[in-house]
Amino acid sequence: MHISSHVRPDLVKGGKTFHDVTQDISRHVESAPNKRWLMAFSISLLLLSYGLYNLYKTFWFGVGMWGLNKTVGWAWDITNFVWWVGIGHAGTLISAILLLFRQKWRTSINRSAEAMTIFAVLCAASFIFGHMGRPWLAYWPLPLPNAFGSLWVNFNSPLVWDVFAISTYLSVSLVFWYLGMVPDLATIRDRATNKISKIVYGTLAFGWTGGAKDWSRYEAVSLILAGLSTPLVLSVHTIVSMDFATSLVPGWHTTIFPPYFVAGAIFSGFAMVLTLMLVTRVVYKLEDYITLEHVETMNKIIILTGSIVGVAYITEFFIAWYSGVEYESYAFINRATGPYWWAYWSMMTCNVISPQLFWIRKLRRNIAATFVISIIVNIGMWFERFVIIVTSLHRDYLPSSWAMYAPTSVEIGYYIFSFGLFFTLFFLFAKFLPVVNMAEVKAILNSSQKHQQKAYFKSTDKAHV
Amino acid sequence: MSNSKHFIVGVFEDEDVVMHAIEELRGAGVKIHEVFSPYPIHGIDDVLGIKKSRLPKAAFMFGITGTACALIMMIWMLGFDWPMNIGGKNNIPLPDFIPITFEITVLFSAFGMVGTFLTASNLFPWSKPVIFDERVTDDKFVMAIDLSKNKNSKEELAQLLSLNGASEVNEKEI
Repeated sequence: MHISSHVRPDLVKGGKTFHDVTQDISRHVESAPNKRWLMAFSISLLLLSYGLYNLYKTFWFGVGMWGLNKTVGWAWDITNFVWWVGIGHAGTLISAILLLFRQKWRTSINRSAEAMTIFAVLCAASFIFGHMGRPWLAYWPLPLPNAFGSLWVNFNSPLVWDVFAISTYLSVSLVFWYLGMVPDLATIRDRATNKISKIVYGTLAFGWTGGAKDWSRYEAVSLILAGLSTPLVLSVHTIVSMDFATSLVPGWHTTIFPPYFVAGAIFSGFAMVLTLMLVTRVVYKLEDYITLEHVETMNKIIILTGSIVGVAYITEFFIAWYSGVEYESYAFINRATGPYWWAYWSMMTCNVISPQLFWIRKLRRNIAATFVISIIVNIGMWFERFVIIVTSLHRDYLPSSWAMYAPTSVEIGYYIFSFGLFFTLFFLFAKFLPVVNMAEVKAILNSSQKHQQKAYFKSTDKAHV
Repeated sequence: MSNSKHFIVGVFEDEDVVMHAIEELRGAGVKIHEVFSPYPIHGIDDVLGIKKSRLPKAAFMFGITGTACALIMMIWMLGFDWPMNIGGKNNIPLPDFIPITFEITVLFSAFGMVGTFLTASNLFPWSKPVIFDERVTDDKFVMAIDLSKNKNSKEELAQLLSLNGASEVNEKEI
């Protein structure tokens, strides 16, 4: 039986019935793509094809096409990789951690947030392949027998940990996402009128019937997957941070990195979810499902994680001075006042100052303000990775090898590729799959069908179940 | 068809009504084939007498299998098959094995458990579902009763269903 609080506002507005939910979500899958979708999709395909051309240049001519040099060996590639992986943390956080915390508002956003996670991790992975230089040897980090070209991999290396972390994260998120979608795919199968969609969605729905026994198992599986994904999502960015933290480069060699990276990941992930959901909400008329309460709650998480990130920046700076290590101190002074000062101060403004505006309730509940700040946050988070990577590397122990770094058009094109990939996949998802988890939303509906129940129990004079 | 089964199908509008009906019908000695709903109904397991799923145990078993596989793999590769001197460190550095051991534990556990679930519930792309009422994935709650497994007559069951709040009672041959 569903018990609802009388104090809290409804999670879904508009007095929806179960059938309304089905109708509101499924009609986008069933109708022909509209003009706006076609236009948006064509733009992302255009970005994708321009990006693919730059991918070809990188793979064919090698990473020499990029602006890297002997001093700055990691730059946009790893910046973009960490940025996309970070964005890919919100989906699992929303569906796993918030499920464990019984935060029921997650139901109307978890599906698209998870989809976003998967696409973002794919984008991140594309930078790993690009930066390998010889992507056809991408299987070398796998523990394959020596006859395949290398010795056993070095399991002491965080880069190898990363291979396991990212691939586990991607595959488990994919399973979590798909499993959550099976009941909704069955809904679309049962509503399908033409033969092709009957076959396609029938296959995708895995023969789901909604029997009590299946639901019982399904619930058990969801809960355990959430339990597994929670430490998993925290481990992924922890391991990504160890790529830096276990090195001896001043500016990277800090124990604060794991929690600071995880907070930053959630921060940027939520910002990206907001950017996408605010648009989807309007285009798909989902205002009753993704309400202002949702936006406000997510903005509160942005304040929290943004503040953690801010504290981490300041702590880093303090420790660089307090440690008395002159190399460490220099790395940080160079960040703030060196030739890349603009990157550092963009990061500080976007990540530390802008989310603090959400202390004002009016801004927290303002769609336009939220949209702008969500984009600013992601710009800031991109600069954070750029600052950590490039400004730590470009002035190392030997002033004779100090160098500057600037991206080439191929590198920028590679970044555009990731946007093309991300949006192409997201638009395909938004058109052909249900963007909101219908089954879960129905389960939290504040009993709009209760009048039928009341009528029945009144007429039969039976005690309330 | 000789081996077809006859079902009485009751369609309900509300989860609490269907829960109540389950109690009433089971109390009257009716064996319910299955109850279908658009979303999971909490507490239906107890009312229907569904045993607690053993999937959590399966997940744990797959998980520890993953832990063992990961540790055995890394200890054998770096410790025995091809020991390498990496900065003069121990050949079997257990703390360094924690991240990969954890990831493989999660991987085995998640895939093993989901695989077990799909197999147990026969959920595969080629599965042909038995659908008693198409509206169950939309907004209806459906109770199916196998006639051959119950002593009651068709009419008795239909009456019981509508007495307990079913808005429609249909017959279905599978």
